[in-house]
Amino acid sequence: MESSQFNVLFRSAAIQGRVIQALLMREILTRFGRHNIGFLWLFVEPMLFTTGVTILWTVTKAVHGSTLPIVAFALTGYSSVLLWRNMPSRCIGAVEPNLSLMYHRNVRVLDVFLARLLLEAGGATISFVVLSLFYIYIGWLEPPVDVLTVAKGWLMLAWFGASLAMLLGALGEKHEVIERLWHPVAYIAFPLSGAAFMVDSLPAAAQQYILYVPMVNGVELVREGYFGDKVHVHYDLPYMVAFCMALSLLALAQVTVISREITPE
Amino acid sequence: MITVEHVNKVYPTRSGDRLVLDDISFTLARGEKLGILGRNGAGKSTLIRLVSGAERPTSGTVTQEMSVSWPLAFGGAFQGTLTGLDNVRFISRIYRQDYKRNIDFVADFTELGIYLREPVRSYSQGMRARLAFAISMIIEFDCYLIDEITAVGDARFHERCEAELFQKRNDRAMLIISHDVNYVRQHCQRFAVINDGKLIFYEDFDQAYYAHAQNMNLHN
Repeated sequence: MESSQFNVLFRSAAIQGRVIQALLMREILTRFGRHNIGFLWLFVEPMLFTTGVTILWTVTKAVHGSTLPIVAFALTGYSSVLLWRNMPSRCIGAVEPNLSLMYHRNVRVLDVFLARLLLEAGGATISFVVLSLFYIYIGWLEPPVDVLTVAKGWLMLAWFGASLAMLLGALGEKHEVIERLWHPVAYIAFPLSGAAFMVDSLPAAAQQYILYVPMVNGVELVREGYFGDKVHVHYDLPYMVAFCMALSLLALAQVTVISREITPE
Repeated sequence: MITVEHVNKVYPTRSGDRLVLDDISFTLARGEKLGILGRNGAGKSTLIRLVSGAERPTSGTVTQEMSVSWPLAFGGAFQGTLTGLDNVRFISRIYRQDYKRNIDFVADFTELGIYLREPVRSYSQGMRARLAFAISMIIEFDCYLIDEITAVGDARFHERCEAELFQKRNDRAMLIISHDVNYVRQHCQRFAVINDGKLIFYEDFDQAYYAHAQNMNLHN
């Protein structure tokens, strides 16, 4: 009995893997096409963004309340923003253009979201890694002190972004207002997300409150990995894990509701 | 065997919930061909989507004990921004098929030539129907759900559809909905009419046709 249940699970996982792979290929083609540099835009675009912001912050000598080189500060901060902010943007409104594909019963709303999330997180990650390597190579940046801690922070940010994206994507299918609200909320959340400041530079009274913003914990973690002892970081990892866990559960519940209600076209 | 038991489907509308399918039950055995007649908007396509598993009933159950195709319609189940070839690749990937072999078949059947490399949205209705049909024939199913697939296209296309579907695959079960009553008569052994959310079975085609014609007149 148990082994047959395991087989069913295994077969379902294989189908889902196949569907997500097919959706991924399809997504790359519809989004980037076969013109000029094609799917390289996936990470060239975030690289341009990050480079632009880095240059801007360097030129204006942005105040960030630490002795860190501004390039390192901008790279870790802005890459993090792209990671958690682009995933929801891509998942809101993701169902509608894919409704015709849901004629195939194995293609489900969750698969459409997962394919887009993989692509988006992949793009942000490649951009972050390539820019890091490039800046290190030309001497603007020291190599990270502890790569694993950087990865840990990065994964936490990705988890937060992915669960938020699925929740908003599912809710946005029912309520148009989600799409309208997301843009201002994302914009306002940027300065609060820890991308443009270190928690340590804030007044002590504000520090404990700012850590309630989940992204701040992730960015601090990334910076701890990058700069080691040179910075004094503050984060509450158990809080962020609990937050992401709750968000994921809520998101999956809403995705289930939506996939019961949609009508393929 | 496909078993549909006490299926209801409700769609929310601006003027309140609308019961589109009302307590529908039937079975479809292997090799059996069932034709369903009904007016526009009677719920035929909804029923076929529910049977395919692409959409879920509001209540009731649909049990599939054989492999069932997606609803084969003349326009549906692929994406307009992709090329014909990309669509073949996509479907091949989902159903784990060798797409190189499939591309040969699709190229041969559709006779679309260079247009296979163009986005589907640039196709004419007839070209789209040819592609949709060819893609549907790539994968072998025990049961085909046919939603007006031959509503467009020329005589040559109809002839080739006929050969693929009713000669080569005559042993398969089929659920056919069409406005073309002769098409349904020629290809089915069982007949039902859908009206006001109810599905009613008839002994033979003539009775079903009579009921269907009455439904049309009553509402004229």
